[in-house]
Amino acid sequence: MNPTRKRRLAIVLSVVAAAVVAIGLTVFALQRNMSYLFTPSQVQEGQATQYKSFRLGGMVKAGSIQRATSTLRVSFIVIDADGAMPVEYTGILPDLFRDNQSVIATGRMDGARFIASEVLAKHDENYMPKELKDAMAKAHQNKKIDDTAMKDTPK
Amino acid sequence: MIPELGQFALVLALLLAIAQGVLPIVGAWRNNAALIAVARPAAAGQGVFVFAAMAVLIYAFLTYDFSVAYVADNSNLALPWYYRVTAVWGAHEGSMLLWVFILNVWSVALAAFSRHLPPAFVARVLGVLGLIGVGFLAFILFTSNPFLRELPMPADGGDLNPVLQDPGMTFHPPVLYMGYVGFSVAFAFSIAALLGGGMEQAWVRWARPWTNVAWAFLTLGIVAGSWWAYAELGWGGWWFWDPVENASFMPWLVGVALIHAQAVTEKRGSLPAWTILLSLFAFSLSLLGTFLVRSGVLTSVHAFASDPRRGLYILAFLIIVIGGSLLLYAIRAPKVATGKAFAPLSRETGIMVANLLFTTAAAMVLLGTLFPLIGDALNLGRVSVGPPYFGFLFVLLMAPAVLLLPFGPYLRWGRAEGNQLTTMALRAGIAAVICAIVAAFFAQGHLRAIAGIGGAVWVGAGTLSYVIKRWREMPRGRRFPAEMAGMLLAHTGVAIFLIGVMLSESLSVERDVRLEPGQTESVGGYDFRFDGVEETTGPNWRADEGIVAILRDGKTLATMHPQKRTYSRGQVQTESAIDAGLFRDIYVALGEPMEATNVKGAWALRLYHKPFVRWIWLGGLFMMAGGFVAAAERRFRAKRAPSAAAAATIVTPPTKASLA
Repeated sequence: MNPTRKRRLAIVLSVVAAAVVAIGLTVFALQRNMSYLFTPSQVQEGQATQYKSFRLGGMVKAGSIQRATSTLRVSFIVIDADGAMPVEYTGILPDLFRDNQSVIATGRMDGARFIASEVLAKHDENYMPKELKDAMAKAHQNKKIDDTAMKDTPK
Repeated sequence: MIPELGQFALVLALLLAIAQGVLPIVGAWRNNAALIAVARPAAAGQGVFVFAAMAVLIYAFLTYDFSVAYVADNSNLALPWYYRVTAVWGAHEGSMLLWVFILNVWSVALAAFSRHLPPAFVARVLGVLGLIGVGFLAFILFTSNPFLRELPMPADGGDLNPVLQDPGMTFHPPVLYMGYVGFSVAFAFSIAALLGGGMEQAWVRWARPWTNVAWAFLTLGIVAGSWWAYAELGWGGWWFWDPVENASFMPWLVGVALIHAQAVTEKRGSLPAWTILLSLFAFSLSLLGTFLVRSGVLTSVHAFASDPRRGLYILAFLIIVIGGSLLLYAIRAPKVATGKAFAPLSRETGIMVANLLFTTAAAMVLLGTLFPLIGDALNLGRVSVGPPYFGFLFVLLMAPAVLLLPFGPYLRWGRAEGNQLTTMALRAGIAAVICAIVAAFFAQGHLRAIAGIGGAVWVGAGTLSYVIKRWREMPRGRRFPAEMAGMLLAHTGVAIFLIGVMLSESLSVERDVRLEPGQTESVGGYDFRFDGVEETTGPNWRADEGIVAILRDGKTLATMHPQKRTYSRGQVQTESAIDAGLFRDIYVALGEPMEATNVKGAWALRLYHKPFVRWIWLGGLFMMAGGFVAAAERRFRAKRAPSAAAAATIVTPPTKASLA
């Protein structure tokens, strides 16, 4: 092999090696940090059982927000058209968190309760995250229930 | 009547943009001087009409013209005048107008400051910018017209989203767009070079100042956005790996690679194809950013409800621009771009390795950002990728870049010598280890803080030792030409940024607590005394304003006034209070009253102590300054001289360049 070819071979081999390492690490990082979104009814159907931590999306049930008086613990119920899930969170809730607001909570199940480590409500009060809308639409479709219930987005 | 004038202005601008996009390119192709000469007047004309449209929209906001739907949706009688001006870019339609407006700022600047370039080349560059203008003006006119009337006219308008009612928001979007859109100039230069078929070897030198300035603006825009998120979103984070942040960060990363690759191509004639490809990517990612923010396909704190037609239009536009430019690249690049070879140990190699790291980082961010879409397409369910994915891979990719950075200036073009590198590595390495050991005594057990200090000193000492070397070896006036001064500034910025990130991430104390009036809580060596809540009002809001005294050893250092505002339409917005300092920030934000009915009682509060957090933005500002200073290099403004003579011009200017 002449020197130019040798050098090219070295370059190609090192690029391939770097690419393999990069792809391996990326897949590793992706697998560890992928987080699925489920609605309460999907969780209750058992779709989320294989995931230790996931995101729960839905609407805050009107009148369900209860605060402890001496700590920052808050509990509320997240609903979709035909499921409801009690959620517990310790900390300060976002500004837009309120009754009938769409929220996405990250956390894990503890028995029948969902223990949230993070709760997000979005900036725009008319806005519902697309993935949440889709997830809720899909949950409804499975149950063959018309989705008028979710059209009353809060104004 | 006046809003219709804005509409007419946009239509005229579109017609002129078509002329600007078609005629000069045909002229340059057919060698027709008359058609080539159309470029500048057409650009100026488009600029005038777009500026007019912008002025009309601002006027409509200032005069409360609620018959215009966009004005009625985004402002009201109580909104102060400065927020009525910024409301222009507070929602989709106006942002798009701002996009085109800034495109025209760049086009007009280019038309004005390109007299020393060959007319055919300028014609192609302006032509490409004209075509981009056509795409966006048509988008505004057909899918998102800000001048649409709403009849009957409402008596009062809605409101600007309260998170946007903040001084940071007044300039964050325009500056960010200056950067985003600025990459269109680098893109246009590359397309012009491809179209020209290698007629002009010097085009990279002409493109460099524009790219540097665009990148500097983008840096400033990202810094401003990060600062705004920290101060305004109410929970003290400065970066979230949110899709919209990523959208601005990807072109930034590619931009870093691009400005370095341009230096290689300009000075050494190596890697021209790579440079062209990077400028195509930088602009494509800017367009993708616009698409991500505006289409609402991804869940993001920035996403607002949106019309799917727009997403479709931008997607089609994206495909045409990216597909078209890559096709042109595939056809023409082999002809235009034949690079010179270089030794394995040389500055070219160093920059190439750094380039690969930065583009890989951009690809990694792109993958993570688009993963929800990919998951959706592959039926994986509704997946998103958490911040730890980005954090892990980004640190992994940037660590070698930080390690290599101090070697950069020491590496010679073409072929570098090893011994200088070893000396520098020894010096900087020893300095880094000593500082890390000292830091270990102060920051016990905080490995990240210690690593941060070590890394920052490594970069800082390496850069400083190069400054000293230049100072000793070069005569006055030739020590630090603007280009080099810019590089040194930006590299120093990296060191400062490292300190900010690593120290604030590892040493911050964040506590959410419940406090009764009069109660004290100790965080990070400071006592926070909550003195209750009072009511206060602003032009279009009322607020509960907390009073929090910060004490140290019994002495009051500051009194902070965090607010919980309720705007006229009922939206609630947290205004944090920050006692800023070079070495630490104290951050207080109100949560909610423990009993909703009793605001005079106990409240939930966020009390944060954030050491060195300000250095994050300070580092960013250094990088930005580096971009601007480097763009002032005299060599870039030289007349069409061959590059050998251009290199000699550095010798002639006495003091100005070094002061710049």
